[in-house]
Amino acid sequence: MAKFKKPSVYFVAGSLLIFLVIQGLISTGTLNDYWKGIIFWGGAITIVTLGLNLIYGFNGQFSLGQYGFYGIGAYGSAYVTYHWVRGDPAAMVVALFGSLLVIGLYAALAWGLRRFYGVTVKARFTFYLIITILGFWASVVVLVPLLGPMMWGFFAALPEAVAQPLVFFLALISGGMLAGITSFLFGLPVLELGSDYFGIATLGFTIIVKVLLDNTDTILPFPAMKGARGMLGIPRWTTWAWVFGTLFVVIVIMRNLLHSSVGRAIVSVREDERAAELVGIDVANAKILAFVLGSVFAGVAGGLRAHDITFLHPQSFHFIQSFNPLIIVVFGGLGSITGTVFTGFLWIVLLEGVLRLFLPSGYETWRFVIYPLILLMMMLLRPEGLFGTYELPFLRAAHVAKRQAIAQKPEEVPV
Amino acid sequence: MTNALVTRKRGKRPARFDGLILNRISLTIFGACGLMLLYVLANGFYRNPGVFIQQVLNGLQLGFIYALIALGYTMIYGIVKLINFAHGDVFMVGAFSSFYAISMLDLHRWPEWVWADAPPALVTLPGTVTVILLSMLISGALAVVIERFAYRPLRNKPRIAALITAIGVSFFMEYFGALPFVYTNNYQTYDRPFEVTVFSAGQIPIWVIVSFWVLLGVSVGIFLWLSWRWKCGDVAALAWRRHPLLQFGLLFGGFMAVVLTLTGVPLRIGDRFWELSVSSVMLVIMGSSIVLQVLLQYIVAHTRLGMAMRAAAYDKQAARLMGINVDMVISATFAIGGGLAGAAGVLFATAFRQVYYLMGITPGLKAFVAAVVGGIGSIPGAFVGSLIMGQTEVLAAGFISTPMRDAIAFSLLIIVLLLWPQGIYGEPPADKV
Repeated sequence: MAKFKKPSVYFVAGSLLIFLVIQGLISTGTLNDYWKGIIFWGGAITIVTLGLNLIYGFNGQFSLGQYGFYGIGAYGSAYVTYHWVRGDPAAMVVALFGSLLVIGLYAALAWGLRRFYGVTVKARFTFYLIITILGFWASVVVLVPLLGPMMWGFFAALPEAVAQPLVFFLALISGGMLAGITSFLFGLPVLELGSDYFGIATLGFTIIVKVLLDNTDTILPFPAMKGARGMLGIPRWTTWAWVFGTLFVVIVIMRNLLHSSVGRAIVSVREDERAAELVGIDVANAKILAFVLGSVFAGVAGGLRAHDITFLHPQSFHFIQSFNPLIIVVFGGLGSITGTVFTGFLWIVLLEGVLRLFLPSGYETWRFVIYPLILLMMMLLRPEGLFGTYELPFLRAAHVAKRQAIAQKPEEVPV
Repeated sequence: MTNALVTRKRGKRPARFDGLILNRISLTIFGACGLMLLYVLANGFYRNPGVFIQQVLNGLQLGFIYALIALGYTMIYGIVKLINFAHGDVFMVGAFSSFYAISMLDLHRWPEWVWADAPPALVTLPGTVTVILLSMLISGALAVVIERFAYRPLRNKPRIAALITAIGVSFFMEYFGALPFVYTNNYQTYDRPFEVTVFSAGQIPIWVIVSFWVLLGVSVGIFLWLSWRWKCGDVAALAWRRHPLLQFGLLFGGFMAVVLTLTGVPLRIGDRFWELSVSSVMLVIMGSSIVLQVLLQYIVAHTRLGMAMRAAAYDKQAARLMGINVDMVISATFAIGGGLAGAAGVLFATAFRQVYYLMGITPGLKAFVAAVVGGIGSIPGAFVGSLIMGQTEVLAAGFISTPMRDAIAFSLLIIVLLLWPQGIYGEPPADKV
């Protein structure tokens, strides 16, 4: 036990306590379904926002595309389980093994491209795009008849209590991978742009995803998603253990990543891109890594949310919603994991729980009038966010705690 | 150090090949996609030229409305480097104020208060102009108030704080508007300030068309003459070339001449007539948009205020040291931008006959995209970008895929940003090392 430091032990013990308390409240029925939904929602939003914190708070890339990836993950994993519970493993095979195949092809292509010098980003993007299309096409044609019956037989042999969580886990992973592949393809050319232009391009991405989700059954070949009518019949598999487990894993992954030398490289890109490049950091790769990882988090969170509400509608991934993670991450403090987690839950609980329940009837719409006012007051009084750069001791790293986020520096000092 | 993100020294480097061939392959693929797109459009034109040109005219109308909004975005971004998400809602307030001015006050018929049986032309024109001016005034004042109370206190705070505030202001205006005693959360039918007349072939007197061609010809002639004078060494000619009246002649004469010729002259190919028409709404939108833009160009290029605005956009510190009241200049920019958005609101509501509390979001965003496509911070860029945006949207809806029009419009943004990272007219940013 001597290997573990005190903050780690406290952190794990505290997390376990929170988990057990809320699990107890749910098991005894103290929290009704409404509040349970609010807490699960809060968990999903928190994971999405942690992804944004990695992209914007730690890597300095202003992104509004988080809800696009959230939507891709939600629809992807929901499509997988929708077909799985109806006895069709094809979607699972394509989403899981197809994504793995594509990632493998990416690795091969990256290895091949390293043999060439002077390849422009646009050319790289073209080849990656072609490889992606080929990979998914091959997985539909080859892998589905090959692996589909095998996989179905394997899961049929397992007891139900093991098979169902395993399928859910694989569906979440598939959603995350689909979001990750999309974000890699999108981020490859677009991350080259400057900060504001990148933000606008990601906003455009969210809108494109929303339009595509509106037309999943007419233009895209996914009839079960039912386009603008909304997708019904997703199994309700999300439990508090799943939400909490995912959140815990995401926090630990982020913490460990940011404490490593790769994490320091990511943070150095935020501090000064040019200086980072001069000390030999591959800036483009650092940006891609943070962007893809943040999007994978969003995709997994989408899967959790989809299997909680069991109904998906493109309107929930409207670009106006994509301001929510941004607002939460700024509220909690850019570059603070603690602040993000706290504010993510607070935001959902306040906005959807407390304000909706405690405003007198007929005044529910007032909560969107009150909430921007709180936002304005907050920005005027404490623009660095609730927590600033504060971190719990477990999550704290010297370079994160000491320095101010570059985004928090004033643009110019008055004369 | 073992780090994937840090370049390592390698003992033996494998042989590396020239990537030029790969770049050319990818360019060929991109080019093929572009050619396919052109083929789709050309096919649409070939099948029914009349419908195609009618779509182009509709796109022009949309583009002129976007241009007015985009100018506000581009000016505000140029001077305070803020994506003003509340601009679309200023546009919405402009539309609503004209809605109430028309439906409650009957302001568009005010000449009748003075002169009971005035001829219709004398009622409509001053009435419409008054409604537009009132909306511009209200939305300009609103923009100034927003700037004063929401953005100015954050001027020296991190940029993200101002951005979040802009989003907050935008939400506040939308959902405050949705309250039952403000605008309600329903669509409302908008009464146009003037009657719509549709002109089709043969209904426009030929002398009107000819006079626009003459206006265009004279303007182009003067322009070419001034260019020649400038080439010969006459420095004053360069300034004269930017004269607002000349610009007005070029833009107004050019657009009006082309549009009216296409719609007014009965053209035909083979035995088929082009059934084109233009409505008075379109003419009003084009006319007022061009007038306002030329006015703006005049303010920016020829007045002290415009000079101060350009100076503040270039370097706020230095402008302050030169004795420019930067706060006042920023307020003026917001007032002008808000006023243009208000005018755009009236024109948009007139064209589409609906007002709604969320109506500002989509046009606002598309106008912003248009400003980025044209090169943010550049006034001609906003105009050109808006025209491109309007055409893309309408042609995509007409000939590629109707439900995908927004997706295609925003793909245009991404493609343009990849090809010209600063937009078409944008200048590369000053790189601070």
